[in-house]
Amino acid sequence: MSFRNPHRFLPVLLAAIIVNSITADAAEEPAAGEIAARSLEAFYYPGADMQARISMVLFNPQGKQRRRDLTMLRKDFGTSGDQRYFIFFHAPTDVKGMTFMVWKYPAKEDDRWIFIPAVNLVRRIAANDKRSSFVGSDFTYEDLSGRDVEDEAHELLRSEDLEGRPCFVLESRPKTTAGYVRRVSWIDQERWVPLKEEYFDARDQQVRVFTANEVVEIGGHWTVTKRTMRNLQTDHYSTVVFEEIAYDVGLEENLFTERYLRQPPRKWIR
Amino acid sequence: MRWAAVPLLTAAMIWAVGGSAAARAELEFDGFVQGNYSGRLSDTPCPSGTSCDFLLAEERVQLKLDGFSEDGVAAFAARVDFFHDGVLNHFEAEIRELYLDLIGDHVGVRIGRQIVTWGTGDLLFINDIFPKDWVALFTGRPLQYLKIGSDAVKIDLFPAIFSAEIVVVPFFESDRLPMGDRLIIADPLPPEIPRNKTSPWPSVKNTELSFKVSRYFADWEVAAYFSKTFYRSPATILDEAPEPSEIQLFFPRLNTYGGSLTGGVLNGVLSMELGYYDSVEDRDGTNPGIENSQLKGLLGYNQPLWQDATLGVQGFAEWMQDYDAYRSSLPPGDLRPRDRLRWIATTRFIQRLLHQTLTLNFFAFWGITERDAYLIPSVRYAFTDRLWGEIGANLFAGQESQTMFGGLDQNDNIYLTVRYSF
Repeated sequence: MSFRNPHRFLPVLLAAIIVNSITADAAEEPAAGEIAARSLEAFYYPGADMQARISMVLFNPQGKQRRRDLTMLRKDFGTSGDQRYFIFFHAPTDVKGMTFMVWKYPAKEDDRWIFIPAVNLVRRIAANDKRSSFVGSDFTYEDLSGRDVEDEAHELLRSEDLEGRPCFVLESRPKTTAGYVRRVSWIDQERWVPLKEEYFDARDQQVRVFTANEVVEIGGHWTVTKRTMRNLQTDHYSTVVFEEIAYDVGLEENLFTERYLRQPPRKWIR
Repeated sequence: MRWAAVPLLTAAMIWAVGGSAAARAELEFDGFVQGNYSGRLSDTPCPSGTSCDFLLAEERVQLKLDGFSEDGVAAFAARVDFFHDGVLNHFEAEIRELYLDLIGDHVGVRIGRQIVTWGTGDLLFINDIFPKDWVALFTGRPLQYLKIGSDAVKIDLFPAIFSAEIVVVPFFESDRLPMGDRLIIADPLPPEIPRNKTSPWPSVKNTELSFKVSRYFADWEVAAYFSKTFYRSPATILDEAPEPSEIQLFFPRLNTYGGSLTGGVLNGVLSMELGYYDSVEDRDGTNPGIENSQLKGLLGYNQPLWQDATLGVQGFAEWMQDYDAYRSSLPPGDLRPRDRLRWIATTRFIQRLLHQTLTLNFFAFWGITERDAYLIPSVRYAFTDRLWGEIGANLFAGQESQTMFGGLDQNDNIYLTVRYSF
């Protein structure tokens, strides 16, 4: 496990290392907040940047499929957890060339833009709907670009094996209104990525479940290359497969600007 | 595109894209087939020469070809439409876009027919002086057909501290305005007098120039605009009034100066835009056939309401500069005089349902001063990734036929669009 981007997690991690080195013999479990921080780091911050070709398939209960092919570019900025994203659509044809650009800030609302190629229009769009569906899938914007560790209160419930992997079972409750009241995560104790997440509503009914279907080590980072989000109330589900993925490819800083929103950088988007 | 330039530009594209990367280029081909029909709702008797039952009945194929050089320094795009127009009963081909891109580190050049969209408004335009097809909007064609390509050279500059766009348009293109072939319009000019329309001839003097400079200050995008252009709807001059033998239609010169500001406020996006329209050929406002100079302003706010629902509102004002001169120049007993200050408000509500396969869209345009309105409700359903259908309406209302939408009152229509993408 390497931490190329300690960012805002650094103090937590330093504290964890100190605590761990003192209490290593006692094999004491790390604090819930630290587990959450390391998990977010592993899941949303691997590498200084990322280039991925992604296929997203939406399945309705009747088995009908819809497919979105996209390229995602991500780069970390500064040390406070800021990230910038490009999401470029290759398919379906009707939205081909449509691009989202997101400037993500852990401490405040993101900035988000959309480019609509048919009218050559860049429009800034409001981003306070992090919990609404990403392009009609069961994933929300937040599921894709991440939460802040401070957004939720975390509690370590237990440790247990999930399909042969030792996991911390963590309960996280959003501090402000969210699309769920409680989230229970199974976090891989060695790889730190979440293997399963259950989302509960106000009546404590399980509404959504996330499953990591495939975890692969890429460029020194454990990466969930296949994941599923299922809506248990509608039985609609969506899969995301990272068909190609590379870290630390050297994305330029000036890439994440309106210029490249209008004109996709072919070097990176294919 | 002037037709002679097409083979030249095509050859240049192939050379630039193919040659620059030692023939390592990528091509992508796709497009769509579309049926688009719009039926009149009112049963008003139509004047002869106006299509009465259908405002639009067309089948269309769009072919799209994109090419990129492997090294990313050259690209081209072609969007060509072939369609059958059942209302005017003809087949036609139209080049929607055809351009070559040359891409450097701090500069980009786009040559050819291209769509340029500037400004912050939603169906309200101040600093976007590029040509538009209003007939497409009023008859229920997809929104992308509101914009018409300009045959232009566009230079984008990206020095570190700001972005600049320079658009040079040697070939004038007018707006497509409501005409009597599809729409019942109140023509204030006597129909029996012959008309003679002249467009600016391509020359150095008539070349249109537009500049935009923009940059971010924290989260706010600030832009300044200037255009040396022409009005895109014609001015009228009646020779030998009051007994004219010919009506001259021409496009007067126009200079525009403006600015805009966009940023996040509370939970939404706030946008502001201002523009001054300098009517070069009627600066004192004494010619009733030419628009007076105007100051235009727009304030817009867009906010998500709940899941997959957004609401946008806009307020727009237009202030005529030489109002007294305008009033005293009006021929006696003539048209309803326009107001000095014109207010407009708009609302757009969008709700997506069923995993965003069903989209409900409602746009309302309210002419506060002119007491007219234009409503566009629509429902779109995506049957599959490739096939969608949309049903909507264009509803006009107004108390006076000389206002923009009051004049279109007899053209309420319901439209259907079905598109299959390949």
